[in-house]
Parts: sequence; structure tokens; C-alpha cells
Amino acid sequence: MNEQTEKTGFTGLSPEEIREINAETGHYENKAAVAIEALRIVQKYRRWISDECLVAVAELLDISPAQLEAVATFYNLIYRRPVGKTVIHYCNSVTCWMLGSDQVQERLCRHLNVELGQMSADGEYTVLPIVCLGACDHAPVAMVGDQLKLDITKNAVNEIFGR
Amino acid sequence: MENVNKPLTKNIRPDRAFATLADYESTGGYQGLRKAINELQPKDVQQWVKDAGLRGRGGAGFSAGLKWSMVPMDKPQTRYMIANADEMEPGTFKDRMLMEQDPHQLIEGLIIASYAIQANTAYIFLRGEYHLARQRLEYALQEARFKGYLGEHILDSDFKLEIVLHTGAGRYICGEETALLNALEGKRATPRAKPPYPLVSGLWGKPTVVNNVETLCNVPHILHYGVDWYLGLGRGADKGTKLFGASGRVKYPGLWELPMGIPIREIFEKYAGGMRDGYKLRGFLPGGASTDFLLPEHLDVFMDYEAVSKAGSRLGTGTLIVLDDKTCPVKMVLNLEQFFAQESCGWCTPCRDGLPWTVTLLKDIVAGKGRLEDLDTLTGLTRMLGPGNTFCALAPGAVEPLQSALKYFRADFERYIVAKEPA
Repeated sequence: MNEQTEKTGFTGLSPEEIREINAETGHYENKAAVAIEALRIVQKYRRWISDECLVAVAELLDISPAQLEAVATFYNLIYRRPVGKTVIHYCNSVTCWMLGSDQVQERLCRHLNVELGQMSADGEYTVLPIVCLGACDHAPVAMVGDQLKLDITKNAVNEIFGR
Repeated sequence: MENVNKPLTKNIRPDRAFATLADYESTGGYQGLRKAINELQPKDVQQWVKDAGLRGRGGAGFSAGLKWSMVPMDKPQTRYMIANADEMEPGTFKDRMLMEQDPHQLIEGLIIASYAIQANTAYIFLRGEYHLARQRLEYALQEARFKGYLGEHILDSDFKLEIVLHTGAGRYICGEETALLNALEGKRATPRAKPPYPLVSGLWGKPTVVNNVETLCNVPHILHYGVDWYLGLGRGADKGTKLFGASGRVKYPGLWELPMGIPIREIFEKYAGGMRDGYKLRGFLPGGASTDFLLPEHLDVFMDYEAVSKAGSRLGTGTLIVLDDKTCPVKMVLNLEQFFAQESCGWCTPCRDGLPWTVTLLKDIVAGKGRLEDLDTLTGLTRMLGPGNTFCALAPGAVEPLQSALKYFRADFERYIVAKEPA
């Protein structure tokens, strides 16, 4: 925990984060229901959810950190470890796998010189697998940040990095 | 020009990004809602949809109108309507298109459904990865609010409704309706025990209906054009049209709106163009990852719930995943089981432990370390993880491709074991 505090320099949730989280609570019967949205809001600003962050969000929502941790670790799009500025989610579900998602992953990781889940040295990218992105007619596909990239077989790296 | 034979996709045109409110209204949009609110009682709307024979397009195929009619309506209380937009069945890409290209169709369907069960709050539970769909739904919701299709006194009636767009954070199990309710309440998305059914005790313990996006998209047209028109759209036992698709090594992977009951051959040959040059058809999953394999000999089966079921599989989501002769079926099943093992929520033991076990055995087999007894163990697992032994439908769905692969592609499994060689 101490080591992490040094790394994250967390000094509490920002006024914007608190405002955005509170704005969501009106749509649900209780505050606990915004747990997932709250984590996503915080992650939008901080890229990932540190332990301190998690405790602060739990306090804001009046739920126990353990309850929020159970939520945070359950979902694919909540990151409990640091990630790069842009997360590249390549689809590894069945159609993309048939049409070459293993090669896409290999090229991406080789280009960035990273393992899956690791941050690139410049802090720009993290590569993670994701389940079917619902674009199987254009397999293989990946999501770069929030952009869907289609038909990326031939030159995955060039396509994604725009070179 | 309206194409009433293709109600779901009539507004989808290559020359524009998506149908705005004006585009949508110009082809009869929100006329179904007008009819429902101005001329029909909620019970009548339920009856229309029941009479139209609309069945759930998310995979289970339950009658939508019947579902609505089971919601307790006798006393005033909070009820919730939910659009399940958590499309994550591998090989399925239909709801994304509907939401990105014609967001008002879903919104109108959701308003009519909410009116039918007298819900004043509706949620769209959208997959977190569907960023473009989120932007377009947000835009369309604003347009609908501004035009008075949402809010207080909709079309000068006493009916009021707010739609909340909720984006999830990614987990296959969220598509299971009781797990979706837990996710919406901000919890881990584990399924709930049934009964009580969500229709009676759902979101925050209130009566709740959950319908798939495509199901809801059918509703405005049933109201606008009528039940008889809708009954005339299907070719076989089932009614209406459906989005059918094909992916894999076919010539033209894609998505097409076609009548229910169309032969699989027509989808595969006429629309998907058959196999790419140099590849042969080995088999296919007819409706997403959690359906049993079918073989080329099943191409003349009709794509409706009963016919596909008789052939030994399920219509599921209606999107074919095509296995070619150069893809190893054993490895394909391994990919599928890895997906299901990863996405198991871990709530019940058979699923949590059984699915990783299938993965271990399949990995050993393709690594040349398998034994013939492993095939019996796998067969045993498909039974232990089958219907009735698990908390929800995830594991029974997961073993469908496995059990049919063991039946149809047994020689491929045995070759790895006998040859003792990795692929």
C-alpha cells in the first residue's frame, strides 16, 4: 500500500470526479448502484483504480471497500493495475481467432516490446485481450482506446499506429 | 421509400451515418407509439405482441408478449423495463448495428414496451465497449426528449417515462437477465436464484422485464403495421424477420434482415456467397458460440426455433460462425471453452471448476499429451455442466459446441491422441 501511494500520489477524489459521480446517483434507487459508473468515471481521469482510489470511491458511495473491490475485479474494463494512455483491446474470440487474432497480438506486442498487460516503456500503450467486439464480419478486430479498428489482418501494427 | 418487408433495417442506408429523428419519422417512425398510447390499453399492446408471435431474439426465444403479460399490473407500484444491449455472444454482431444505425427504433420499442407494462423508468444496459452506439443513443435520446416522446405526458397522455442509458464494464454473464439486474444495481454480476422471476421481483425487488435489443426493435412495426402484416413476414412456424449473419471464411461475411424460417443454405450461399476460394465448409455454429455445431448436411434446415432445435442445435442469435476445412475443430472448441471458462462468474461449482477442466483437457489433447479416456471425461463433463446442474444457462451453453464437436469431429480429437503430436 505504501509503495503504491508513492507511485500514485493520490490525494483524494477531485471535485469533477465527485460531481460526475453524484450526477449519476439520481438515475438509480440508491447510491451503491453507481459503483460501476463511479469506477469508470474515476478511471477516465486516472486510467486505473488504485487501492486508495477504491477506498475513496467506496466512502463516497457508503459501501465497504470489500464490496467495491468485488465489483472492481469482476469487470473486464476496470483496471486494477496501471495501464498506458491508450489501451489496445484485441478481440480473441472465435471468429477473430480463426482469422488471425494470435498474429495480431504477436505483432502488437512485438512492436511495443511488451507482454500482454504490460505498459509500453513510453507509457503510451497497454495491450489486452477482449471478448467478441461484435464486428465479426470484419474480423480480426481491435479496439484502440474507444475506436474500433476493423479488418486488421494484413498489417496490424501499421493500421493501428497509423504509419 | 419504405421497405415494409424489411422493417428492422429499412432506415439503414449506406449514404448516411445513422437515422436521425427526422429520418426515422419519415418512414413511419413513432407511429407505432402513437397508436399504442392514443388507441390501445397496455393490456391490448401486450396482446398484440403476443398475437404477433414475437419471440426473444437474444437467444432463448421466449414469447415477448407472454413475458409482458406475466407482470403484475393489478396495483400501482414501480415497475422497470430494461433493454438488454449487452451483446457479447462470440460471433454475434446484430444489436450493435441496430443501435449504431437506427437508435430511435430501439428507443420507440422500449417506450412501447414500458407503456405495455406501465413502467416509468427504463434502462438500456449497454455494453461498455460499444462507444459509437452510446454516442448515437445519447443523441437520439435527447432528440426524443425534446420532441416529447419521453418525459411527462408523452403524446399528451398521462404516461410518463425516462430512459437511462447505463454502460456496463464488460462481462459476458451480464447478458443473463438476473446477472444483468445485479450489475445494474452496482454489484458483481452473479445470477440470482429463480423463482422469484424478475417479472415479479427484479430490479431492486420490483417487477422487471428484460428484453433483447432486436426483440424491442420489432415492437414499433407490429403496432404500426399490425399483427396480420407481421404474421405474413415469416416463412415457417416463426413470425417476422430477423437479422441473420455469417462470419468466418465465407466470401461475403455480413448481416442481412431476412424472414424467419429461411433455409440456412440461402443465407450461406446466396448472401454470404459460400466459402472463400480454396476453402470448404466443414460445419457451423448456427447462432453464436453457445450453440451446437451443425454440418453441411444441415444446410437445408430452416432458420426458426423449432427446426434448428430438431436438427440438434439452437437458433440462438441467428449469426452463423462458419468452420472451414483448414481450421482445426478441436482448437476452435478450445478457443470457445477458454472464453466460457474466463467469463464464468464463479458463482456455482460445476461451472467454475468444470469449464477450466475442459480447457485443461483440450489443451493437453492439442499438445499431444491427451489420452483416449480424456474424451470420455469431456463427454462426462458436457453432461455434468448441462441443463439442470448449474445456476444459470452459461455452462449448458458452453458445452453445446463441445458435445457436438465430440460427436461430429471425433476423428480430429483422436488423431491428436493417437499421433501423440502437437499440431
